[in-house]
This record gives sequence, structure tokens and C-alpha cells, in this order.
Amino acid sequence: MTDIAPIRLLQLYPNDMNIYGDWGNTLVVMKRLERRGYTVELLSYNPGDTFPANIDLIVGGGGQDSGQARIEEDLHKIAPQLKAMAEDSVPMLLICGLYQLFGHYFQTREGRRIDGIGVLDVTTLGGNERLIGNIVTTSAEFGEIIGYENHSGLTTLGSGAKPFGKILKGAGNNGKDESEGARYKNVIGTYLHGSLLPKNPKVADFLIHHALVRKFGSIDIEMLDDQLADDARRIALKRPR
Amino acid sequence: MERMAKYVVTAIGKSVRKIALLRGGSGSALPGLFVEKIDPRFISDSLAPLPHGVVVISGTNGKTTTTKMVVELLESQGLKVFTNRTGSNFTRGVAAALLGDIDASGKLTADIAVLELDEAHAVHFVKTVSPRYSLFLNVMRDQLDRFGEIDTTADFLHTVARATTSGIIINRDDPRLTSENFLGDLGSEVKTYGVDSSLLSLFPSDDTLRGGDGAQSDHPLNDDVALVSVNGNHATLSFDGAAHDVTLQLKGVYNILNSVGAVALTRQILGEKLDTNKMLEALERVTPAFGRGETLIIDGQPCDLVLVKNPSGFRLSLSSFDPAGFATMIAINDNYADGRDMSWLWDVEFDNLSASGVDAVTGMRAYDMALRLNYDDITIGHVDTSIQSALDAFIASHAGKPKRIYCTYTAMLDIRKRLSKLTTVEVVR
Repeated sequence: MTDIAPIRLLQLYPNDMNIYGDWGNTLVVMKRLERRGYTVELLSYNPGDTFPANIDLIVGGGGQDSGQARIEEDLHKIAPQLKAMAEDSVPMLLICGLYQLFGHYFQTREGRRIDGIGVLDVTTLGGNERLIGNIVTTSAEFGEIIGYENHSGLTTLGSGAKPFGKILKGAGNNGKDESEGARYKNVIGTYLHGSLLPKNPKVADFLIHHALVRKFGSIDIEMLDDQLADDARRIALKRPR
Repeated sequence: MERMAKYVVTAIGKSVRKIALLRGGSGSALPGLFVEKIDPRFISDSLAPLPHGVVVISGTNGKTTTTKMVVELLESQGLKVFTNRTGSNFTRGVAAALLGDIDASGKLTADIAVLELDEAHAVHFVKTVSPRYSLFLNVMRDQLDRFGEIDTTADFLHTVARATTSGIIINRDDPRLTSENFLGDLGSEVKTYGVDSSLLSLFPSDDTLRGGDGAQSDHPLNDDVALVSVNGNHATLSFDGAAHDVTLQLKGVYNILNSVGAVALTRQILGEKLDTNKMLEALERVTPAFGRGETLIIDGQPCDLVLVKNPSGFRLSLSSFDPAGFATMIAINDNYADGRDMSWLWDVEFDNLSASGVDAVTGMRAYDMALRLNYDDITIGHVDTSIQSALDAFIASHAGKPKRIYCTYTAMLDIRKRLSKLTTVEVVR
């Protein structure tokens, strides 16, 4: 398959929004494509860069308040491209901080409102306590989704977003409505670190599948040996919060 | 409750400590908690009379070993030093150590206290005790599930710095410690230590991990000691306009950098009275603290125990040790003391192990670790969540070969416990 075009995988703001193993998600997407014989062109976008064209898949991570402040303005500059790509079914995975900023806004506890770019129909309010610990959710499409949450923002979904998973253990979006994360078309926003994709290969393959379908039309993706992930999941499910 | 007389608190506390020790505990947590409860001023009253005051050492990586170094450097100058040697770096650990060292009337016979404090507990500690000096090593990602985020950890250290009355020593290469935010409003003199720019690549920070720029300080710095060259465990330190060569017993570049911090702190405390030669001789004699880079002898072969607890520490350890000729095991637990979140393993690159592979992976989260190695295409031997059986098999199948075990804190305790049953463990330098 060396003659086919490489998959263009974009890390969004890896310098400022990259904490708690966000690299794990990028690495897993890359390796699972390579193990299926595809070549991957790994690109990074940081504030001030020229936004690359023809991106097949986007992965973005979490950050600290200081990191979020540094990308806030730049994110609005590239919002039109990101929105158009989301509408065009480009698969995207946004963890924690970028999940919040892909929503309408984040309002801090002090009342400062940070506008998001509204790709996802969600809003977030700063909370008083951090929601921290092992988390398990479930979805019809992915089965049990296993990760680790660490956030103080409380996110509420609007009618235009559906949850990524329903809580089995942990707090999730807001600790109240049993929802975790949000989806719109092929965009997934979630609070799950862990890293998310290594222990949830079905989610990784969902992103990969849609990237390949968009690029090459109908496609069957090859199964990979996920025994280690299955074993890691089995143990993780039993660990205390 | 009326405040009890010091000697009563001391007597009761010492009894609790004795009972805790008899029951096989480390003697650190329970009695410490107990005296803190019955006498909240126990620590501050005990430390107040010390002629050279209290020194606090904090930061994410290297507290225990650096504290041990500073204690030995000060002892080389003839000072009698009180320290929380048990490695229990919460305030209750300080209280417990005091119970062991004070006499029946509650008096501590020492010239100076050198205390290793966890970042959050250091904030608590300085509410009642103002350190005369403090040394801040680094702020890295560690147990973020406990403190929330790394900037919060920097804020904790900033609070400790503001409470420090005479002198502050900081690592100039840590951008969170040299920012205007951190240094702008400090009352005490700040001196820095660091590495020559030619060596910076040996010390990747969290900020340069994925191609980010290490931020430059926006505050003028007052450099005191610099590390100018490293070759194995040989290092050249520069201070007072002269170069000083030392050969350390400690392994790993991070320990060498911490020794530079220890020297800067000792210089600050002793000032004109410092005997530099004696200090450097003592530095060359310092051996690793319990469980931190120790080498044990198992069946005549060396076995390095390398404690790993966060991405930067793990990366530094991997880049410090050549795996060639060694059998390698990695043991990852996720107990509270280790941190429950496994995300950190994904911030470590394991390329250094690709030629040798990893012979055994164990610990409660062995499969998370194995999965991580698999995505870096590292060959894995045996995976077994039971440390006991994994260790037995590892030793049996690699007899006659030096071994190295990278382990999280509670995994290290499990490994030592098992080793002591299998063999007479001899600790070498």
C-alpha cells in the first residue's frame, strides 16, 4: 500500500495542550494505521502556525489554565476551518481542555467567560472541586469505555450533542446527569485520560475507520491483536476509584 | 482541650511510637498523627530553639536523596542535624521523627533541622514554622490526581518561598521556579543553581517534551553553582570562580543535578565558615537513600532498584542507564502512593529499551505497562501482575546476569519484601 496517499494526522496544540498522556492517543492512532499498512504523516499545529490543508484526523489534548489562555485567541482564528471539517465528518478526538473549548464557552468560577468555538453543543462552568479518579462509562457503539478523569469543569450538553458514554463508575460531565463526553458527527469530546485510546481500541478504530472512509471511500479495516488491551481493561475495571 | 505540657505530650507520643514500632510499622505515620492531634504546636515548639533554624527541601523529584546529601554536607561542617530520615515527608512524618530524637523533657539536641517536605504539606508546615532556608528542586508532573495541576504545585512552593526568612535556592532551569510570578514578590535573597547550556539536553523538562520551548526566565537570576560537565558519575561543578571535580557514589544525571542544589544550599547556610574541601569529600561519600537507586546483591549479581514515579523521572532514569548486559524488569503499581492514573506511562518514551527488550513486566498495572511498551514496539518477555511470582521467575531465568528493576514506590516495597525472603539482600553503594 505504499503507493497510496499517507494519512494526515494532526495534533492540535501539542505544546500547550498536552498533559496526562495525551501523546498516547496520537501514538495509538498512528501505530494502528501503520500496523495496517498505511503511512502516516504526523503534523502539529501550534499558535501562529499556518493551518495545514487536507487533514484526515485530529487529536487534541488537555492543558492547564495557563496553556488554555495561550491558545484561546488562536483557536478562534482557525475556528472556521475546524467547524467546516467537523461538518465534513472529519474524525476528531478532543480531551479535557480542548473538549471544553470545542463547546460554546467555559465560564470560570470567578465569572470570566472564555468563548469556545461551538463545534460541540456543550457549555462548561468552573466547579469547586476536582472530579478525579478511575471512570467507566458505557455506550452502545463502544461497549465499556475505561479511563481516568481529572477536571473541575462541569459540562452540560445541549440538544445538538449526544453523550459519548453513560456513567457506570465516576463523575463524568457534571457528576449529575450520568453523561460523559459529547459527540457530534465524527467528533468526540471527553474528559477521559488514561490514555483513552490504548485501552479503548474500539474508539481508536472508530476514528481510523471514518478517516479512511472519507479519504478512500468504503473500506474494511483489518482486526489487530488487542490481547494486551483486553488484559489491561480487565484489571482497570477492578481498580478503586 | 487545654494544652498539655510538652513533657506529657512527649511521653505519650514516645510510647505510641514504641508500640507502633513493636507492631512492625515504620514508626512514622501513626505516632506523628497522634501528637499533631493532641498538640498542634508540637513541631513548631520543638524546632524553634535550633540555633541555625529550619531548612525545607521540596520539589517533585529528588527530595529524599537531596535531603540526605544536604544532611551529610552539613554534618561534614560539624553541625548536628535533625532530619526526617524515614522518608515520610508529610508533617506527621516530621512529628514522628521528632519523637524519636527529642529527650524526655521535649528538647531537641541539634544545630539545624533539614526537612524533606511534600509540596502540599510544606504549605501546611510553614503556617507554624518559618524556614530560614528553602531549596526547590523542580516542579514536574507527578500525582496530578492529588494536586490538580502542575501550576498549583508551583503555587504551593511559592507559598513556602514567601515564608522563608533568610535564603532561597532554586533550580534555574525549571521555568516554573524562575518566572516573574514565582520570584517577583519574594522577600528573601534568591540564589540559583543549574546546568551549563551544553548539558541542557540531558535534562528534558515537561515543557520541552513534545517540542515546546523551555521558557526563558523573565526575572534576573543570581547564579551560585553550575554543573559544567558530566561523564558517568564524574562531574565538574563551578562556583567561586573555580572548577571542582567530584566522583559521586550516586547514579543518574538527576542525582548529579540535585547534588549541585545541595552544594548551593550548603554554601548559603555556612557562608564564610564553609570548608569547601570537607564539603566536597562528604559529597563524594553520599550513598542513595532507601529504595532510591540502590544496588542490591542477589545470588552474587547486582540488581539496581530504580524508583520511577513520574514521566520526567522515568525518562531521566532510562536515559541514565545503559540496558546492555542487564536483564530488565518494570514493576508498576497504582496504589494511592503511586498515583492511580496510568496516563503518565504514555508520556515516557521507551526507545532506550528497544535493543534489549524488557524481560519481565509486573505490578498491579503490568498490562497497562506492557500495552505501553507494545506501542513503542518493545519486545516483552513475561507479563505477570503478581510481583512475587514475577520476581521469582525473573531471578530464576536470569541467574548469572546483572539485573535492573524500574519500579513505582509501593512496587519497590513489595520487591524488597520478597527479595528479603528469597535471599540475604546485601545493599551495596
